[in-house]
Amino acid sequence: MRGASQAKWVVAAVAVALAATACGSGGSSDNSAGSNDSSAVDPNGVFSYQSGEPQRPLQPANAMENQGGRIVKQLFMGLVDYDPATGALRNQVADKIETTDAKHYTVTLKSGWTFHDGTPVTSKSFVDSWNWSANPANNQINSDWFSDIAGYDAVHPEKGDPTAKEMSGLKVVDETHFTIDLTSPVSYFTYKLGYSSFYPLPEGFFKDPAGYGEKPVGNGPYKFKSWEHNKAITLEAYDKYQGTNKAKNGGIIFRNYTAGEAAYKDLMSDTLDVLDQVDPTDLPKYKDDLGKRAVDQPQGAIQNISFALYNQEWNAPGKEKVRQGLSMAIDRETITKTVLNGNRQPADAFVAPGVMGYKAGTCGDACKFDPAKAKQLIQDGGGVPGNKITILYNSDGGHKEWVDAVCNSIRQNTGVECLGDPKPDFKTSRDLVTKKQVPSMMRTGWVQDYPLNANFLRDVYGTGAAANDAGYSSPEFDKLTKEADAATSVEKTAELYQQAEAVLAKDMPAIPLWYYKTSSGYSKNVQNVKFDSFGNPVYTDVEVKKK
Amino acid sequence: MGRFVARRLLQMIPVFIGTTALIFFMVHVLPGDPVAAMWGDKAPDPVQLAALKHQMRFDEPLIQQYLDYMGGLVTGDFGKTLGNQRPVLDVITEALPVTIRLALLAFAIEIVLGVGIGLVSGLRRGKLFDKGTLVMTLLLISIPVPVLGFVFQTVFGQNLGWVTPTVQDSNDISQLVLPAVVLGSLSLAYVARLTRTSIAENIKADYVRTAVAKGLPRRKVIGTHLLRNSLIPVVTFLGTDLGALMGGAIVTEGIFNVKGVGNALFMAINHKEGPTVSGFVAFLVLVYLAAGLIVDLLYAVLDPRIRYA
Repeated sequence: MRGASQAKWVVAAVAVALAATACGSGGSSDNSAGSNDSSAVDPNGVFSYQSGEPQRPLQPANAMENQGGRIVKQLFMGLVDYDPATGALRNQVADKIETTDAKHYTVTLKSGWTFHDGTPVTSKSFVDSWNWSANPANNQINSDWFSDIAGYDAVHPEKGDPTAKEMSGLKVVDETHFTIDLTSPVSYFTYKLGYSSFYPLPEGFFKDPAGYGEKPVGNGPYKFKSWEHNKAITLEAYDKYQGTNKAKNGGIIFRNYTAGEAAYKDLMSDTLDVLDQVDPTDLPKYKDDLGKRAVDQPQGAIQNISFALYNQEWNAPGKEKVRQGLSMAIDRETITKTVLNGNRQPADAFVAPGVMGYKAGTCGDACKFDPAKAKQLIQDGGGVPGNKITILYNSDGGHKEWVDAVCNSIRQNTGVECLGDPKPDFKTSRDLVTKKQVPSMMRTGWVQDYPLNANFLRDVYGTGAAANDAGYSSPEFDKLTKEADAATSVEKTAELYQQAEAVLAKDMPAIPLWYYKTSSGYSKNVQNVKFDSFGNPVYTDVEVKKK
Repeated sequence: MGRFVARRLLQMIPVFIGTTALIFFMVHVLPGDPVAAMWGDKAPDPVQLAALKHQMRFDEPLIQQYLDYMGGLVTGDFGKTLGNQRPVLDVITEALPVTIRLALLAFAIEIVLGVGIGLVSGLRRGKLFDKGTLVMTLLLISIPVPVLGFVFQTVFGQNLGWVTPTVQDSNDISQLVLPAVVLGSLSLAYVARLTRTSIAENIKADYVRTAVAKGLPRRKVIGTHLLRNSLIPVVTFLGTDLGALMGGAIVTEGIFNVKGVGNALFMAINHKEGPTVSGFVAFLVLVYLAAGLIVDLLYAVLDPRIRYA
């Protein structure tokens, strides 16, 4: 009898244990109701956003990483910014920016703009800010963003101490006018001016940069309210804001989350309003959970694998056929859908969509999956050197799964041996890449600095460009980019760059794989949540519903 | 007694120096360059990289960095975080009160419930309550903490809506109850089992029989004689557990988004913030050492036969 009662307990225990696990995986399926897009809006309503602790003080040229960057972008506004929908440039503080030769620019400011402390935004606010940020002694991560401006070398010399504190290319004419001289023509320089490094700074900043980095004073749509370290940063709408994108809500709370899963749970119970990114665990089911409130759109970022063209066996004439063949052997559709949970979009060009100058299908047939043609091309090109490739990558960035999948695809479809070559962290792999010691292939990628195709082309494939990891050098490509840079309008530049992109499709220095996507969602408390190509929501457009 | 305490306190000094040195050098040999990492996936500008490294004194020999760090520590200067250049002491004092509240709450739950349940089931061993306790504690021990956390979060936060799924204000103690229950549940099971076994053993001891025979009331027999003597193994466990609760709550803090020591330590390790990691560990070492000392002293209180000379 005793034995029987013991057994009963075991059965009961197992039953309870199973019930507990079932609870965990069940979750809530009744939360998938779509949002009602026409609710009454509370213009003073505040919403919360999933964020993290900024890694650097909140100063314009220090906003490299996302956590601080997205906050600085709300606190400040530059001469120009990008239309979140099209990537087109629009004037903000600038009334007009004039140039005849793409080398000498005259900037005219609108009057009436003020910083959050009430002081006016003048030409000096911009010039002083840029000079201060360019000086390496001020420890700004993005201090090299001013390298186009004449006199940068004196302020930010490659060796030794700076010999000047001001760049000679910047001259204040009066309160609302200043001139910028560049060392050489850059037609899309105005595009660069939208980047956070080029924001103005109030006079008080220069007396106490550290204090202003902790309690920033800007000229953007939101003003700073509080920063509780590791907990939250709160901004409130600035009522005297002069720009075109005045906030339609009362403010934002950037709430600090360590684990994406926790933020997702909060979103599901409407405790958190807008998600930054859906965590990998919830990625397969977030569209079912959120229904209409799920966000899924491409970002201005691309993932490539590049060839080590500095190795002669990969650069020999005719090898471009092998490179194209390998690209055609990769089944991008299947890999993005399965291994990457639909969180990437197969690439059909070297430039990401949503970027000015993006032209669908520039990569042509080379980016289409075609195993038969792939084999043929590899054979025509004299085969893969050693009949084996390795793909170098850093194993701390979640790349292993897709690198293995790409290798499987190549191996199955062409018979070429393909192996992932993981390095423990980004720095180790980066060192090998910059020292040009990669045997055959490496993972490369590009996230836009500004939404113009030049940024994806010249800065990645131009001879000697800092991010040209492949060591690609084509006189034809360089000639076309030079022509494009010398064009007088940005539209013309973008068009000429498309011709340069066609050269890449022919030479295939890198295989475009896929574009990054924003996978996010929002709560039932807010509406009109849209994301830009940087992967950030258009904060000023978010509408908080009346309760 | 006084000499014993003094000796133990003196022993703490070499342990403290040794552990901080070990952590300082271990953080240093972690792969990756924390300064270059500030540029993310982009190539750093060499001029600015060198300037930043100089500011953070990474260009000095490692041993010099360590000596400066220890020198600062003696004067109460824990150094600065790498990215924001905030005093590490500020980071510690922000996270500490949260963790202390969470740990004490969990600790209280496991002592009150654990000892209580253990006592009752020890006295009624073989009965239904005892068997129920055995099954429940077995369950708690075998369910991993993250699973329990997610179950509680989904049931109480999402389905029932009694609380928000994560902690909204880490300084609000009422919001910390749910994470504290999760955090304390595993230890609760151990405490209950330890108490039960100890009680069940001691109840047959001679001194208990004597106490009953001389006509003491049942409450006094159990309270002063039985429970007090049975608590020695439990106290040993609780002592080390307090240290674990303070530093090892990384998983629970992550699930419930509690901004405590575990969370701060996790972030610091991720960013290779040498001074921050060392600062936290130095503090945790002190907690462990102090808890160990208190446990040793409690032995003497609980068992009159133990004396420290």
